[in-house]
Amino acid sequence: MIFAAAILISCGGKEDKKEDSIKLSGKKEIKKEPAKSEASSDEVPASERITLDNKGVGEVKDMPLGDEIDQEMVARGAELFKTNCTACHKVDKRFIGPSPKGILNRRSPEWIMNMILDPQLMVEQDRCAKDLLIEFNGAAMANQSITLDEARDILEYFRTL
Amino acid sequence: MKKSNYFFVTVLALSLIMSGCQQGTNKSSNGALASSAAEKVYVAPGEQDEFYAFLSGGYSGNLTVYGLPSGRMFKEIPVFSQFPTSGYGYSEETKPMLNTSHGFIPWDDLHHPDISQTNGELDGRWIFVNGNNTPRIARISLATFETEEIIEIPNSAGNHSSAFITENTEYVIAGTRFAVPVPQRDMPINEYKGNFKGALSFISVDQESGRLDLKFQIMMPGFNYDLSHPGRGASHGWHFFSTYNTEEANSLMEVNSSQNDKDFIAAINWKKFEEYVNNGGGSKMATNYAHNVYDDRTHTGTSTMVKEVVTVDPTQVPGAVFFLPTPKSPHGCDVDPSGEYIIGAGKLSADLTIHSFTKMLEAIENEKFDGEAYGIPILKYEDVMAGVVKSGGLGPLHTEFDGKGNAYTTFFISSEVVKWELGTWEVIDRKPTYYSVGHLMIPGGNSRKPFGKYVVAMNKITKDRYLPTGPEMEHSAQIYDISGEKMQLLYDFPTHGEPHYAAGCPAELLASKSQKIYRLDENEHPYAVANPSEARVERDGNEVHIYMSTIRSHFTPDNIEGVKVGDKVYFHITNHEQDFDVPHGFSIIGQNTSELLIMPGQTKSSLWEPKQVGVWPFYCTDFCSALHQEMQGYVRVSPASSNIELSWSLGED
Repeated sequence: MIFAAAILISCGGKEDKKEDSIKLSGKKEIKKEPAKSEASSDEVPASERITLDNKGVGEVKDMPLGDEIDQEMVARGAELFKTNCTACHKVDKRFIGPSPKGILNRRSPEWIMNMILDPQLMVEQDRCAKDLLIEFNGAAMANQSITLDEARDILEYFRTL
Repeated sequence: MKKSNYFFVTVLALSLIMSGCQQGTNKSSNGALASSAAEKVYVAPGEQDEFYAFLSGGYSGNLTVYGLPSGRMFKEIPVFSQFPTSGYGYSEETKPMLNTSHGFIPWDDLHHPDISQTNGELDGRWIFVNGNNTPRIARISLATFETEEIIEIPNSAGNHSSAFITENTEYVIAGTRFAVPVPQRDMPINEYKGNFKGALSFISVDQESGRLDLKFQIMMPGFNYDLSHPGRGASHGWHFFSTYNTEEANSLMEVNSSQNDKDFIAAINWKKFEEYVNNGGGSKMATNYAHNVYDDRTHTGTSTMVKEVVTVDPTQVPGAVFFLPTPKSPHGCDVDPSGEYIIGAGKLSADLTIHSFTKMLEAIENEKFDGEAYGIPILKYEDVMAGVVKSGGLGPLHTEFDGKGNAYTTFFISSEVVKWELGTWEVIDRKPTYYSVGHLMIPGGNSRKPFGKYVVAMNKITKDRYLPTGPEMEHSAQIYDISGEKMQLLYDFPTHGEPHYAAGCPAELLASKSQKIYRLDENEHPYAVANPSEARVERDGNEVHIYMSTIRSHFTPDNIEGVKVGDKVYFHITNHEQDFDVPHGFSIIGQNTSELLIMPGQTKSSLWEPKQVGVWPFYCTDFCSALHQEMQGYVRVSPASSNIELSWSLGED
């Protein structure tokens, strides 16, 4: 019994040390790896790239925005975002997926809507969407069966962030 | 040698002629291989079947969904049996569905599915099935393919001549096989005769919601009401039941209930009974039965005990019930698409007896009776009989129709399907089955409009049809092409449980309206979380309620502390996916119930009673995404005396 306990203790001690070292190296690697493994032409992570000329792939070809932000649409969009998206997207931080904050400075309205409406198609055919998937650990964005009008409301909400 | 050569040549010549004929008559011929059985059942990868087939699962208690002609099984729909695959009957929401006057019953024996009809044609709204053992009728939605309602049938036992619907789905009809004392009481078994009753139940169906209501029960003499089918067309408003044990024997039945040369088909004019009851007829009897309803907005079933039923003495409604003498303990009781012919399959006979509805009405009109049984007039066999099919087979059981003037009857003892012509009663063809066939099914074959392309024969004995799997095997089925003059055996496939009857319909009737997800914004479950910020853990005495949400690929929350040994922990899990075919599962170590499989937009609850201190993992059981293996969490369980506060988190939140 004493012998067994001794083994257990010694194992436990080793494990503690190992855990620390794994955590450290893991954290470093996670931040570096996406950029390293990226086969894309630029070294900037997909989440920080600016691709305003890219409309993405999908049914939305042209989405001009009004000068004024429509507050009714914003209210609806915020509600839809809360129900359908907050499991993975937080406004104030990077979570399972990227934060939508300032997304209109990086992505075109069309790209955003296509991504909401058919993320699977986007990941298959759009370079930026594909790189985002890799950057975010392969956590594929869920298709939440959002309608065109609903996606437009969410887009309007994003304009306020 | 010469003789056998001649024989060979003759056979070769004959087969050439035959195959030539077949190709000539096959109008949908696509070329040289069109007549091959393989091509007829081959559904290429990515293509879909022509027909849905719903095969009863017998003692599995469930209903299985197949495609025809491929014989591929698509789904098992849990109805009367607990089903750990989805958590049906284990989850808090579905436990009430299996409640009865005998308490929670985790099982039944499901025999006869019937698809709803309008004007005698399949309409694909619902499918109804019977629980034979603890008498119940269930209604299954053909949009969600989920059990929506189960109603227990009081005063019934061996609910076998069920669940058959009238031609506008006005009623689901459920007749008792076993006669019993009504009301149940402590009495000697050998005083059966004259004292036991055979209850025939008429359950009305709300045309919008499908909701069932046990409207009345006809208290018939204590015979065994074996099978039944509705009248249609001219005979709409009538329902026909086969009977056996008109001897009213209570022991050694295989001898004692086969003494009479003829038993009866009972013809019931349910419209007359309906009118009688609507005008205040019948008597209210105290009873106790469960009525369980599932709501797909709250994703929850509720069970209500009903305390009263209206019973009707058939002798009090003149001109509404008649007995048609039918030889040899008839089993199958089938009505042709026109509604004119009622086919009685005397299971101890070689022949089929066909009664004519027109002749029956004439005999009633002329009051040509051959006595009575318990006050119910017996018509003369010769007056109502339209013909006899002298088949040469043995043990006829069930008949279906192709809508082209032909009928197909199974013969259990001689293991065959016999095709015969309505009106001439001539046998046209016969093909062996493998082995000992029970029911058969033609899509729509029990309606005004059959789709007479295939017949499926469902067998009781499998023996050597498949690779052996020990003493117990799944039952075999065969599918035949019946589009030509002669039947062609196409394919042989195993089934699940023990199929009795089945129902089928063209794929397009259901495929386009099959529901893909439950909408999250329509979820009215009291423990649902509309968005992850509502996820939380609440304590109420020793009950802990965990309001949890899932999406690919995490639970919110995934770390929970403050649970204690002795707590009753309810996991209420809402799947926040809104995409087709993305369920998440939930299981936790030591779960005494079963896992949950939660469809997009749905909420399900599982009770967990931790018995040991520790940190216990839970995980998603359905491989949901590339990060499925990461979809896991922990519950810390502290001693009962612990004062650790409840807390929960996901990530750093």
